[in-house]
Amino acid sequence: MSKDKLKTAVLGRRQMLKSVGLGALALAGTGLGSRSAQATPEKANEYLSKMTSGVAGTQGKVTVKLPEIAENGRTVPITVTVDSPMTDGDYVKSVHVVAEGNPNPEVISFNLSPAMGKAEVSTRMRLGKTQNVRAAAIMSDGSVFTGTKEVKVTIGGCGG
Amino acid sequence: MKYTKYITSVASLLGLAALLVAYSPVVAHSKSKLKSGYDFATPETQAMQDDDFANPAFVWVDIGEEQWSKVDGEAGKSCASCHGDDANAFLKGKSTTYPKYSAEDGKMRALQHQINYERTNRMKAKAWKWESDEMLGMTAFIRNQSKGMPLNVSVTGDAQPFYNKGKRSYMLRRGGLNMSCKNCHIDYPGVKIRANVLTNGLPNGFPTYRLKWQKVGSLHRRFRGCNKNVRAEPFKSGSDVYTNLELYLTHRANGMSVETPAVRN
Amino acid sequence: MAKKPRVKVPKKASSGDIIQIKTLMSHKMETGVRKDKKTGKLIPRKIINKFVCKFNGKEVMSADLHPAVAANPYFAFFAKATESGTFDFEWTEDGGKTITASGDITVS
Repeated sequence: MSKDKLKTAVLGRRQMLKSVGLGALALAGTGLGSRSAQATPEKANEYLSKMTSGVAGTQGKVTVKLPEIAENGRTVPITVTVDSPMTDGDYVKSVHVVAEGNPNPEVISFNLSPAMGKAEVSTRMRLGKTQNVRAAAIMSDGSVFTGTKEVKVTIGGCGG
Repeated sequence: MKYTKYITSVASLLGLAALLVAYSPVVAHSKSKLKSGYDFATPETQAMQDDDFANPAFVWVDIGEEQWSKVDGEAGKSCASCHGDDANAFLKGKSTTYPKYSAEDGKMRALQHQINYERTNRMKAKAWKWESDEMLGMTAFIRNQSKGMPLNVSVTGDAQPFYNKGKRSYMLRRGGLNMSCKNCHIDYPGVKIRANVLTNGLPNGFPTYRLKWQKVGSLHRRFRGCNKNVRAEPFKSGSDVYTNLELYLTHRANGMSVETPAVRN
Repeated sequence: MAKKPRVKVPKKASSGDIIQIKTLMSHKMETGVRKDKKTGKLIPRKIINKFVCKFNGKEVMSADLHPAVAANPYFAFFAKATESGTFDFEWTEDGGKTITASGDITVS
């Protein structure tokens, strides 16, 4: 093989192996939906407003734990922790999780009780692309608190 | 003039190689220091694998355990009938030697081949399909009994010609992209291919739960996917080509701990 | 083939302890927006839409799931150990089918 041909062949491979910027659309793989239906932070707000009966949320007390970069958008582990004594008089009634960039924002709603002792729930979610994930906690006194975390979701290069 | 071109191309190759090495977060510093796919995964994925309850693959291990004592076939037997109720006592250390040479077949047998041989000949039951929940469950269950033990396949004697075939397969360029397994897994481990990190491509965690498949899958299924990725026609699961390739790969990983069932991207 | 849910409930605890419970249900969580590669038709939605955890008959935690919950739904949550008894878990699929599991705990 001539040296020029060798260079082209190696470059061709290098092109494939070059790391691409994060945030590429990964919707197709997750099975979440068509590209025409796009969630927006506004849609997510609307949905949360419905869940909280219009009560506005204050940032705080809610910690959303998510990886910085999701290894695969189809299975992203999430843990939501709410700072609350979880007593009969003062507890978290519900936690609503929304994905601002998914075709539909709603992910899961947890109904909690003082019997839990600790307001922390973990599950795994599907994310179609890089976006903010928000959790709103409705307390027993009707107040609402929120927390957010951005997750980078990428397209892999080696499906298989 | 001739030399200038040559020097420039070598220099640019070295330059890019240095860039690639510097950029990637996980680099195999020496070709001989092979790592498990676990070491290339994110902390969240590693955590999922380490917790038997968070690891979704255990649903399949449970299936395998159930099948162990299930009577199936005209002979009215279960695996336990011949191999004992204490599956771990019988199985511990056994699957680390597969694929194994079979004098009867005159070629290598993967674990799945051996299971179906027992089912059809001794149990007089139907063979399981390679990617069926039963077969995935049974292979995950069997290999899980050797978790933490080193892989230990033999490639000498009768197995040697098949090992050589597997090695040739690994090194052979194929498909529309004209790439071999070696191009990714020996030449560029630790480097990113788009947003995935290339691993050493070793089988110590199979059958594995893949986040992409959202279920447990076999090594041969993974081979088929890899072949399709380079636009090559995949072979059939259970074929001689894949079984020999599995032998070569397992030998490459000899000494590495079994992690089945792993969680991989 | 039917796969059993996996649940982890500590067997023993002291009164007042906050224990962790883990559950894993095997389910595809078919979103309803994927297309069949061969026919081009939409594969109908079929997900687990509800999960309920009760202790001695009283609800501890429940969840309403949407298609954005990952396949093989996994939950980890907490409960305060007050008395001995049984945790009952129930998953409900679109269409109404329910799958159950349970775990006992002795609280001293």
